[in-house]
Amino acid sequence: MVTTAIEGRSLGQIAWTRLRRDRLALGGAVVIVVLVLAAVLAPLLTKITGGSPTDFHQDLVDPTFSKPKGDGVFAGFSWDHPLGVEPRSGRDVFSRILYGAQISLLIGFLATLLSVTLGTVLGVVAGYMGGWVDTLISRTMDVFLAFPLLLFALALAGVIPDKAFGLSGNALRIAVLVFIIGFFNWPYVGRIIRGQTLSLREREFVDASRSLGARGFHVVFRELLPNLVAPVLVYATLMIPTNILFEAALSFLGVGIRPPTPSWGKMLADAVPFYSVAPMYMVVPGLAIFLTVMAFNLLGDGLRDALDPRAR
Amino acid sequence: MRRKTLVVGVVLALGISACSSGGDKDTKTGTAEFNAADSKIVNASDKKGGTLNLALSDDWDSIDPGNTYYAFSWNFARLYGRSLTMFKPAPGKDGLELVPDLATGLGTVSDGGKTVTYKLRPNVRYEDGTVVTAKDVKNAVARTYARDVLPNGPSYFVELLDAPGYQGPYKNPDLNAFTGVQTPDDSTVVFKLKAPFGDFDFLVSAPQTMPVPQAKDTGAKYQEHPLSTGSYKVDSYEPGKQFVLSRNPNWDTSDPNRRQLVDKIDVKLKTSAEDIDNRLLAGSLDADVAGSGVQAAAQSKILSDPKLKANADNTFTGRLWFFVMDEKVAPFDNIECRKAVQYATDKVSLQTAYGGPIAGGDIATTMLPPTIVGYQKFDLYATPDNKGDVTKAKAALTACGKPDGFSTSILLRADRPKEVAAGEALQQALSKVNIKAEIKSVPAGQYFTRFAGAPEYMKTNNIGIAFHGWQADWPTGFGFLQQLVDGRTIKAQGNTNVQEMDDPAINALFDKAAGSTDAKEREAIYGQIDKAAMERASVVPFLYGKGLLYRNPAMTNVFIDYSYGMYNYTLLGKQ
Repeated sequence: MVTTAIEGRSLGQIAWTRLRRDRLALGGAVVIVVLVLAAVLAPLLTKITGGSPTDFHQDLVDPTFSKPKGDGVFAGFSWDHPLGVEPRSGRDVFSRILYGAQISLLIGFLATLLSVTLGTVLGVVAGYMGGWVDTLISRTMDVFLAFPLLLFALALAGVIPDKAFGLSGNALRIAVLVFIIGFFNWPYVGRIIRGQTLSLREREFVDASRSLGARGFHVVFRELLPNLVAPVLVYATLMIPTNILFEAALSFLGVGIRPPTPSWGKMLADAVPFYSVAPMYMVVPGLAIFLTVMAFNLLGDGLRDALDPRAR
Repeated sequence: MRRKTLVVGVVLALGISACSSGGDKDTKTGTAEFNAADSKIVNASDKKGGTLNLALSDDWDSIDPGNTYYAFSWNFARLYGRSLTMFKPAPGKDGLELVPDLATGLGTVSDGGKTVTYKLRPNVRYEDGTVVTAKDVKNAVARTYARDVLPNGPSYFVELLDAPGYQGPYKNPDLNAFTGVQTPDDSTVVFKLKAPFGDFDFLVSAPQTMPVPQAKDTGAKYQEHPLSTGSYKVDSYEPGKQFVLSRNPNWDTSDPNRRQLVDKIDVKLKTSAEDIDNRLLAGSLDADVAGSGVQAAAQSKILSDPKLKANADNTFTGRLWFFVMDEKVAPFDNIECRKAVQYATDKVSLQTAYGGPIAGGDIATTMLPPTIVGYQKFDLYATPDNKGDVTKAKAALTACGKPDGFSTSILLRADRPKEVAAGEALQQALSKVNIKAEIKSVPAGQYFTRFAGAPEYMKTNNIGIAFHGWQADWPTGFGFLQQLVDGRTIKAQGNTNVQEMDDPAINALFDKAAGSTDAKEREAIYGQIDKAAMERASVVPFLYGKGLLYRNPAMTNVFIDYSYGMYNYTLLGKQ
């Protein structure tokens, strides 16, 4: 008879077991993996279908109505153009969606990284130090939260010159969008982290560490941060879709990426005048945004359930 | 010199009412068929009564005739005001002809062209019964000097009339201080010009010469109730809501340019363009005042249904879409490089980007559109089917010393989807001859103040190519071309001669036209200017703008006014 010792399981192991049981979250994760792969492999995939995102195929467009030639909702769909062609120009929608995914995911990830980093650092400092530092950081957060972000983004993106900070063209646009979206969203993370830190720093293990002579630096990085990984991870996953939507909104309003580089928000904006004659052109980027945002949200929810200590 | 066209979203609607039998009247004028109102009066009728239900997706800048600058507004103002001259209310090219309105005849020129005299028609009265005098016209022109009070209208009179330092009638109520217009008696208006100006009769067709009695002139508040001399008077104007006009009881019935058929004209404001289309199709509206064409959805409904199509017109809007190459920005300082772009441009793909032959327009090869006085047909840079000629473009590139192509930037307005699409199409066409163009999109609101209209900006940012669109204040070659190609109009801000074309020979032709008193001679000169400007190869016209307008079959006496590129409003009735 073999006796199996009852092993203690780490938080990570528990979370992984829980996550594996959550079909929705796994589904979300799969969609995200597929999306990232598709975005990274866009040049390869579009080579197979043969469509470049910027080549015009105006022979496929009805000149009178500017819509793809053919009848029915799926006019313009073919093996060469699996998701149809764009009205007016006849550009391949499939490849524009793939290349658009690059932009959307890149900006979504980078902006989230920026705001989560800023939010975590400042949140921990505020929560741990307390006193006037906390007051200063907390009031700053209040100011940022009260900021009319969309209006500011519109104004800033409109006046950015061609070359700045050693960047030019679309690289600069992407940097500006990442900055606007990331820099103004950190207080949302910061407030949560500050609250968590406030409750953590009173816990016994922190007291124990301090009584053993640990300094602030050690306490923050060795004792507090590891315990903050769970909320940071959950919040980051939930922030990515919000940021993707914000990028789409900015592109929709015309201050996003420069044409002819595709972006989902811009595609939606372009589709507005054609929604009645070429509805699929609006549905496709709309679905892409919808799927991405939902996948991230499902994964984020699943992560939260898996990592939440109270649900253990 | 840019009369604005109201462009909201994509395109606007001019509509239809129910499917009542529209064209069953057997008259010598036209019955309802596609494009009928472009050349004939559709549904000619003397029937009185009814209400004309109109709508506008936006609002007037002002209904004060002295403070408005929209094409539709100038067209509509003729219902409640009479300027010295006006465009003949007639279909086709006849509509480009000037006829006297408040005056008894066109201007009498003397003093070598520096004095222009008009005699007023007797017995023209305001809606309250008082008689119109020459002083009222003088006051109307004097008001245009008060830019701080009435900022919207054009400033031609300020620029042309000989009245140094005059500040307008609000700072100094004594009209005698205004020397630009003199009134020797109650029925004579004399304009004193700094220099001869051949198209002066066209200038006084603007609503800025509609009489405004000084006693009733309340400055910026005058728009609350402008006194009518036309066939209709303003009942109420609520900004953003409604504009209602009714018959003017004191209208001079001998007026040959207007009729008074419907009882009431009701314009609903700030109605969404989409909504306007739907209501027109449902029959609760007669027309969209803006007159720039229906939206894509309505367009496909109309064109695919022969019954609806019979009530539609596809007309020139008088607008030209083009792009320019800045002659001061390398490599476009070399004419051969400009020619390379002329030949490389695929005008068909630009046309498709703008909505195709119906909603977009006809492919352009000249700067003057066909509905402008002075238009001559020619094509200096013809390519097979207008689709571009790579061989000729490459030859020009070699002649320019850039056989391997070059890089440049295309400037356009971000909030104009058609322009962005056209920019992308141009980028594609240029890439075929190794011209690498990067698109730079900027806000339309500051396009001419900060970007394309600022030569300094063009140079520092190395912008070689800029998109442009133009509509004239009055439909002659002078009105259309002067601000575009006269080198003396180049300015540091608000510059519309974006290509910075400054050719002494062209400038001299403008002076020759201004000094000429012979309309035929002027017309020939305008054609010469067009050709000379095209020879410099820095302007690439690609589209004579067109719109699909819809006329309600219940409306009578409908026709397109070529001078405004939309339906005429002064003769309309209801069945």
